[in-house]
Amino acid sequence: MLVFEQSRTGRVNAAQSAKKDNMVNVIPDNLKRKTRPLLPEISEMQAVRHYTRLSQKNFSIDTHFYPLGSCTMKYNPRACNQLSMLPGLLNRHPATPDSSSQGFLACMYDLQEILKDVTGMYEVSLAPMAGAQGEFAGVAMIRAYHDAQNGGKGDPARTEILVPDAAHGTNPATATMCNFKVKEIPTNSDGDVDIDALKAAVGPQTAGIMLTNPSTLGVFERKIKEIAGIVHDAGGLLYYDGANLNAILGKVKPGDMGFDVIHMNLHKTFSTPHGGGGPGAGPVGVSKRLEPYLPVPMVVENGGEYHVVTEKSRPQSIGRLSAFMGNTGILLRAYIYARMLGSEGMQRVAEYATLNANYMLAVLQKSGFEIAYPNRRATHEFIVTLKKQAKDLGVNTMDFAKRLLDYGFHAPTTYFPLLVPECLLIEPTETETKQELDDFMQAMVAIQKEAESEPEIVKSAPHTLPVRRLDDVKAAKELDLTYKGE
Amino acid sequence: MSEIPQDLRYTKTHEWIMKNDEGTLTVGITDHAQGLLGDLVFIEAPEEGTTFQEGDDSAVVESVKAASDVYAPVDGEVTASNEALEDTPEIINNDPFGDGWIYKIKPEDSGAFDALMDAEAYKELIESADE
Amino acid sequence: MPFIPHTEEEVKSMLEVIGVESIEDLFDEIPENLRSEGLTKVPEGLTEMEIGRIMRARADQDTYRLCFAGGGAYEHHVPAAVWEITTRGEFYSAYTPYQAEASQGTLQLLYEYQTMMASLTAMDVSNASLYDGASALAEAVLMAVRANRKSKSKRVLMPRTVNPAYRKVAYNIVHNQGIVLEELDYDVTSGTIDINSLPDEPGDFTALVIPQPNYFGSLEEVDALTDWAHQHKALVIAVVNPMSLAMLKPPGEWGNDSDITGADITCGEGQPLGIPLSSGGPYFGFMCCRQVYVRQMPGRIIGRTVDLDGKPGFSLTLQAREQHIRRSKATSNICTNQGLLVTAATIYMAIVGPYGLENTAAQSHNNTQLLMSELDKLNGVQRIFNSANFHEAVFKFDLPLSDVIRSLAAQGIVAGVRLEDDYPELGNCLMVCATETKSEDDIKGFAKTLATTLTRLQAAACPVQPKMA
Repeated sequence: MLVFEQSRTGRVNAAQSAKKDNMVNVIPDNLKRKTRPLLPEISEMQAVRHYTRLSQKNFSIDTHFYPLGSCTMKYNPRACNQLSMLPGLLNRHPATPDSSSQGFLACMYDLQEILKDVTGMYEVSLAPMAGAQGEFAGVAMIRAYHDAQNGGKGDPARTEILVPDAAHGTNPATATMCNFKVKEIPTNSDGDVDIDALKAAVGPQTAGIMLTNPSTLGVFERKIKEIAGIVHDAGGLLYYDGANLNAILGKVKPGDMGFDVIHMNLHKTFSTPHGGGGPGAGPVGVSKRLEPYLPVPMVVENGGEYHVVTEKSRPQSIGRLSAFMGNTGILLRAYIYARMLGSEGMQRVAEYATLNANYMLAVLQKSGFEIAYPNRRATHEFIVTLKKQAKDLGVNTMDFAKRLLDYGFHAPTTYFPLLVPECLLIEPTETETKQELDDFMQAMVAIQKEAESEPEIVKSAPHTLPVRRLDDVKAAKELDLTYKGE
Repeated sequence: MSEIPQDLRYTKTHEWIMKNDEGTLTVGITDHAQGLLGDLVFIEAPEEGTTFQEGDDSAVVESVKAASDVYAPVDGEVTASNEALEDTPEIINNDPFGDGWIYKIKPEDSGAFDALMDAEAYKELIESADE
Repeated sequence: MPFIPHTEEEVKSMLEVIGVESIEDLFDEIPENLRSEGLTKVPEGLTEMEIGRIMRARADQDTYRLCFAGGGAYEHHVPAAVWEITTRGEFYSAYTPYQAEASQGTLQLLYEYQTMMASLTAMDVSNASLYDGASALAEAVLMAVRANRKSKSKRVLMPRTVNPAYRKVAYNIVHNQGIVLEELDYDVTSGTIDINSLPDEPGDFTALVIPQPNYFGSLEEVDALTDWAHQHKALVIAVVNPMSLAMLKPPGEWGNDSDITGADITCGEGQPLGIPLSSGGPYFGFMCCRQVYVRQMPGRIIGRTVDLDGKPGFSLTLQAREQHIRRSKATSNICTNQGLLVTAATIYMAIVGPYGLENTAAQSHNNTQLLMSELDKLNGVQRIFNSANFHEAVFKFDLPLSDVIRSLAAQGIVAGVRLEDDYPELGNCLMVCATETKSEDDIKGFAKTLATTLTRLQAAACPVQPKMA
């Protein structure tokens, strides 16, 4: 039932709407609202019960194994939430003078320093509010850099960004937002970038390349140094999509691989909550030559005091990307997480995420599932392809995914990357127990048996959730985006 | 095997083109293309009077899981747009070569039609892609 | 090992299954020369208790007593239940509802949110949110350029009464695409866009941005502005404070032109709806539009549909616009919404209801009027704009404002937002705001403290010459 259907006209939640008499109202009549908005008129308890019940219809990390590839659904420590919501931090207005904000600014500065170390980059800005905005900042910096060449006259020939075909869709979308043309680079059969195709593609028109390493195929790009050389020699810059940083945290620094700019997804690697689809945080790190262009605000330390710096003192900055300082509440959570892990703990993240992924790969392979890149070591994730099941049994990846829900597991990422047909991208993360992984794999085997013996059960799954499969065609064709009363 | 009418011309990007008596060309997407896209939910057809160069994005066909551009097969000006698609995009799924046409275009070069791929060549193209 | 559950025995058996000797062997594809020599600036790990001690000390360092700052972030009361429910693990630790059947909670909540926002703004449809108010305006500009096929200019009129941070963000995000944001100046007496100064022949432009209330808290003549833009075939982008819409005419009803009324796109900052100040984020941006433009709207959109049994259910819809399908031709590169914040806002609106929202807005309006009359009584402080306002007002100080702000901060009061950095002509101008959270005593106390502070600073600035004996 929708919250609106529980509403009764005239029910007032008095505890939340104390009213004063004789209030002044100077708003001219022609600017006043004349109709009451359709907000529910329900009691506080009704609201609490309604939304508690809705929450129970969700799968989440706190309730289910959630091996969604490329999303790093690891445990979000509760301490990060509680400590970031201490009153002094939670109630700080963004206009509070720096002098009254030293505690908060110290956390931001420390986080910048930690992320510099982790990425091996020269400087970091925490400004971008999500991975996609970090990408935007990164590509905008590449543009700003080329525009500043030749004594400020720019290098207008550099109109193209190279993107491997395995990349996240955000990469080409971001390049377009920065007015670059996108050229796709193919991947070879081992999952590495096709070096010959890359050599053929680079030239004076190349502004840069956007790479994810480990790639979305769940393998480490072994020739990254060679790629960096090819692109740099052509005058282009290297952009690192930090989506898969969890796999190499503390083990390899993107700065050492030759990248000029990187964004991190703190809601992945640094375990801030995914919140049903946000908020994220996408700090960017850069090499020395891109440092002047970093987005603002940033925090600097001067004689033991912390200050916020803006466009004013950083005139070459690509500017601000949010009204204030980005998603600071998320940055605080990442900071707390980073401090709890410490340097040793960060390396362990990569180690155990990799251990879990390779263990699952080995077991699933022995159970008869086809691995997309069987000759490669998995990173923190790997791909199973169900193309045989789709062809021989008529049971496709979507069917497997939906049936997994019945077994009490959130499905892995499906149909991404686009390169591998009928794929499941599985990322267990380091915080799952062996027992949980074993249970998941037993479910996969059980579903395989069902697909062979009674495929209808799999094809019509899920059977045990609040709803069965939804009519997406109807949803898109007969748009119903708001409740209008029955 | 999807249908490929003999009297039409085709492009590598799965548009079909029909020659009309009044010198215009009708453009749609092939049976093969609609099959790949699945149930269509929205079509964005060009407005009358729009001019295109060959290869320009001229329309968008959208299913639940995909959106695909329809490229202009020739240089020219749009003379008519299929308004029925606005409310019933599924016509393309049901009758891609008939009622599911998308727009009519007056080519700049009247010989442009003959330069396009014929049915045999298109058939080979999709067969080789299937392998 | 923090947050890693493996026992030694488990690790051993897992390595055996994989067929390697050690975890280190799993990194054998990474070239040796890329292996990091370790982290030098990351300190040793801490226990929860230890980091708790550090964080509490830092948080305690920053507390203040009273805040009269607004400028796009407003201190409102947030009912206790809002964040109790929002931080339930099932909301907090879920992701984007890709598997609709396992995400009906989040999806239904988002559908309810879309309904509430559409109704509050009187627009046809709403998306499931964007990052914040500033980036929502940037996205609205991009959307207007896509949606307005009658205009070829990529020229958007941007009044200087729009939040300056929003204007900067919009510029930073859209300028690479050749979109021009052309400033419109404001009338110095009213602090609003001067309707009489708008040209009769403005030339082709794509959209006009109209803030309500504007950055100074003043109310714009939204009807006349909307009609003017529509007469010139431009779209209207409304930037509004959702709290104010409990009192103010919603954008969907702006304009008196019977042919076409209402803003075409409405966006803004959702923070006033149950989101804590939190140093400026995370907040959420909202965006609503006319039905005809829905396919040009960026961000996630939730639709109601039915399942195989005909039972109602909710799913992500119109996904073909988005980056994961449309790649370089997507409406935006945005992937997420601000799910958790929207969860809080939806619960907030459900709990306070239409009356609670109206009373909160009305009290904020009332308190600001009281604050204004208190400050009007002070020497060396003048209100500079004479137009009606919602819950913010601008005052010019005779004394150097930075001294005033610093002195009040030392007394535990955040005095307001200084305007000089963004408006050089408004030197020594402070913008203040008194929401419903301020009592009459708070407001009068603030005025009194300010009076004392000014007297003291005055005395320090012009010390009385000691009389010669």
